[in-house]
Amino acid sequence: MHLLYQIFIDPFVQMGSAPDLLVQTLWEGLVSGVLYALIALGFVLIFKASGVFNFAQGIMVVFAALTLVGLYAHGVPAFLALALTIGVMFVLALAIERFMLRPLVNQPDIILFMATFGLTYILIGFGELIFGGDPKIMIADQLLLPSGSYSVKMLGGFVQMQKIDIAAAIIASLMVAALAVFFQKTRIGRALRAVADSHRAALSVGISLEYIWVTVWFAAGIVALATGIMWGARSNVSFALEIIALKALPVLILGGFTSIPGAIVGGVIIGVGEKLGEFYWGPLLGSGIESWLAYVIALVFLLFRPQGLFGERIIERI
Amino acid sequence: MRAPSGPDVAVGDVLLSVENVSLSFGGVKAVSDVSFDIRKGEIRAIIGPNGAGKTSMLNIINGFYQPQQGRITFKGQTRSKMRPHDAAHGGIARTFQNVALFRGMTALDNIMTGRTLKMHKNLFWQLLRFGPAMTEEVEHRHRVEEIIDFLKIQEIRRTPVGRLPYGLQKRVELGRALAMEPDLLLLDEPMAGMNLEEKEDMSRFVLDVNDHYGTTVALIEHDMGVVMDLSDRVVVLDHGIKIADGTPDEVKDNQGVIDAYLGVAH
Amino acid sequence: MFYREAGQYKTSYQADQALFPIRQDQIGIVLILAVAFILVPLMASTFVIDSVLIPVLIYSLAAIGLNLLTGYTGLLSLGTGGFMGVGAFACYKLATFFPGINVIVLIICSGFLAAAAGIVFGMPSLRIKGFYLAVATLASQFFLSWCFIRIPWLYNYNVSASIEVPTRTLFDIPITGPNATPVTRYLIVLTIVAVMTWLASNLIRGRIGRTWMAVRDMDIAAELIGIKLYPTKLLAFAVSSFYCGVAGAMLVFLWLGNAESESFSINQSFLILFMVIIGGLGSLLGSFFGAALIFGLPILLRMIRAALDLSMTSATLEHINFITLGILIIFFLIAEPAGLARLWQIGKQKLRVWPFPY
Repeated sequence: MHLLYQIFIDPFVQMGSAPDLLVQTLWEGLVSGVLYALIALGFVLIFKASGVFNFAQGIMVVFAALTLVGLYAHGVPAFLALALTIGVMFVLALAIERFMLRPLVNQPDIILFMATFGLTYILIGFGELIFGGDPKIMIADQLLLPSGSYSVKMLGGFVQMQKIDIAAAIIASLMVAALAVFFQKTRIGRALRAVADSHRAALSVGISLEYIWVTVWFAAGIVALATGIMWGARSNVSFALEIIALKALPVLILGGFTSIPGAIVGGVIIGVGEKLGEFYWGPLLGSGIESWLAYVIALVFLLFRPQGLFGERIIERI
Repeated sequence: MRAPSGPDVAVGDVLLSVENVSLSFGGVKAVSDVSFDIRKGEIRAIIGPNGAGKTSMLNIINGFYQPQQGRITFKGQTRSKMRPHDAAHGGIARTFQNVALFRGMTALDNIMTGRTLKMHKNLFWQLLRFGPAMTEEVEHRHRVEEIIDFLKIQEIRRTPVGRLPYGLQKRVELGRALAMEPDLLLLDEPMAGMNLEEKEDMSRFVLDVNDHYGTTVALIEHDMGVVMDLSDRVVVLDHGIKIADGTPDEVKDNQGVIDAYLGVAH
Repeated sequence: MFYREAGQYKTSYQADQALFPIRQDQIGIVLILAVAFILVPLMASTFVIDSVLIPVLIYSLAAIGLNLLTGYTGLLSLGTGGFMGVGAFACYKLATFFPGINVIVLIICSGFLAAAAGIVFGMPSLRIKGFYLAVATLASQFFLSWCFIRIPWLYNYNVSASIEVPTRTLFDIPITGPNATPVTRYLIVLTIVAVMTWLASNLIRGRIGRTWMAVRDMDIAAELIGIKLYPTKLLAFAVSSFYCGVAGAMLVFLWLGNAESESFSINQSFLILFMVIIGGLGSLLGSFFGAALIFGLPILLRMIRAALDLSMTSATLEHINFITLGILIIFFLIAEPAGLARLWQIGKQKLRVWPFPY
């Protein structure tokens, strides 16, 4: 009886009694949700355009951030380091296309998926080798990103909002809008969608797969870099980020693999759900349920809607 | 135009009948209010121009699609929805337009999977293998080898089916369906993509199956010669509606059928 | 020429379906077993037995478990580490509760507990497929990892959150704990792995193996033949988790001697998946190859470092290990998706026709 009370009543009572804490928690959830969404965005880009489920997206975030910080640590001025990192992501996209995607063209999706596992391990190894595994500080100030926070007085208390988080939300929204327009309206966007549907068919109408793939993986790399900067600014750059980045998978399940707005909605749901769960129900179970709560949320969704909130239902024909 | 009903070709009792079956996908109506029956022991052809709903019809009988309206009566039992498992259990087997073989397995193993429903030894015996599970395996291997002899595919039994030419794949698929010892065999364009010799072989197999094992056959086929030669009765579909039903001769001279194939608008 | 099978006729279906129908294979397996059971304990060094053979055998068993699920049934799972952990912690608790019962029996029992966990976490497979299922298995992995830390009862409230293996005996010879010799532990592991591999091969060649492969290749067609998808998938989860659980229990009780939550993390899941991919999806033999390669890789790198006399820290070596693993995965997926097992088959084929090229 007491247990039922603890699960179903108490948390809501807590929410009501300290509404400013609730808003704070919601805000924190929103912020991490936006960051998850950015990672998911990278996934969606690549999946939409090459049909590849890029498990390495998370490590690309870490790798990009590490490169940026590493260059700066070697004396390269901040914005030059940024430009160079963008260049590095381009070279990475070229290498991935040449050595991983091209040899595996036309293979079943699951093979490509497993290849991205290999890519993940390569990037982890290189990252650790070149930059070392200890946590680093993101050069947010040098990149002219705002620091400090606003303290908003509301609902009987204070709610802290970090300025960097607000910046992150704005930048993410801009990116999403730009990408959505790009895919729907432009010629290249259409070509990307064609490639995602069928490599062979796209080839037969003269679309250059190599060009498309390099473009898309480069774009995903840019998104990864932006995510890495935002995330690194909030909480140092380290390989722990890679595990956190795996959370993008539940986001994709909710939002569907091919929907850009879905990535945002899914990200917010997961981020908020996770934070609320951890804060209000966490103490019941012992802390740290954040490590798996997102997956369970996604799992529950999957049981009712196997294609996610925004995904297309696949009708199997025989 | 009212479809003429065929005279009584008393091959046997009605094995399966579909009544007023309709099926749509989203906005597309694949099958509209179709009714016909299949008698025990006969060879029934389902024909019609492309997109007529023939494969959908087979899929409904098989339990793969669930019709929005109508009923299916099989062996006296009426259902509004047939599940694939019920169909298989009841003795319905089929082959597919696009050869749905298990590519990772050999021809022999593919046909052996057809015996699954008849193999009962549980996990414990399967783990040990020697003893009852082996006896069961050998017994079913005998039956499968009979089918392999019948279809003359002895040399390829250990070949992974992905490597077989199309005609042989279709034969293996037929073997897998036969391994189920079905009462009703549904064949979806069994002759598609075959040359004359292969067609003659396949026709002979179908006739033998019908004669030898007494299996009722329903087949979709485009080759009119095959249809005329093999079938006892024919049902014609066009745009999801039944437009004719009778013996091959009756259907052949039916004006509605001729129009449908020539694409005359009506 | 060496591997010619012409002239070897089988006169019964039973003989035709035997595990090793070819005479050369029969001789081969007898030789291998003789070497493994007799020669190795007599002649191999303690280092080789303790640091190479025992763990490779244990990981091979885990790889077989994953192979049954992913290679034969087509259900990609990233939760292998978690299920190994279930086996390990279950065995630990059973050993705590039942100190008098033979530890080998307890290891088998923990396999069953792991199988139960497998069924529970395999339930989503009713409606979920492919990538989605892989993500669902991640849920089980992260949840189980969390349990291993957050449920102190599992590690008997030990302050360091790790488990230490008590001494247990068989016929008065210590086989677990600090007093057990490597040779003893090796022979026990070898026996268990050999028996379970044989059982797996029986399953694969019979009805159950065929239904699994049918579900993998085309589940729609499998359904239309009358195969019930859901029980088949759940059985795959159960059997696979059983194997992983036993491997996990052996990992702790017969090799490491202790364990903590990190031993059963997502990294472990990936490692075993790589073993299965490189060794060959859908091949029991491949599981052994894959385990040997992945486990042997760090050792190989260390030997190269010593041979070339390079000065490199262990950490650097570890990173190079990661990179090499990643490259190997991609290489195998490109060059030979069916893994080392396929290369082995190709090798045998060459032996068949040697000295002719084809």
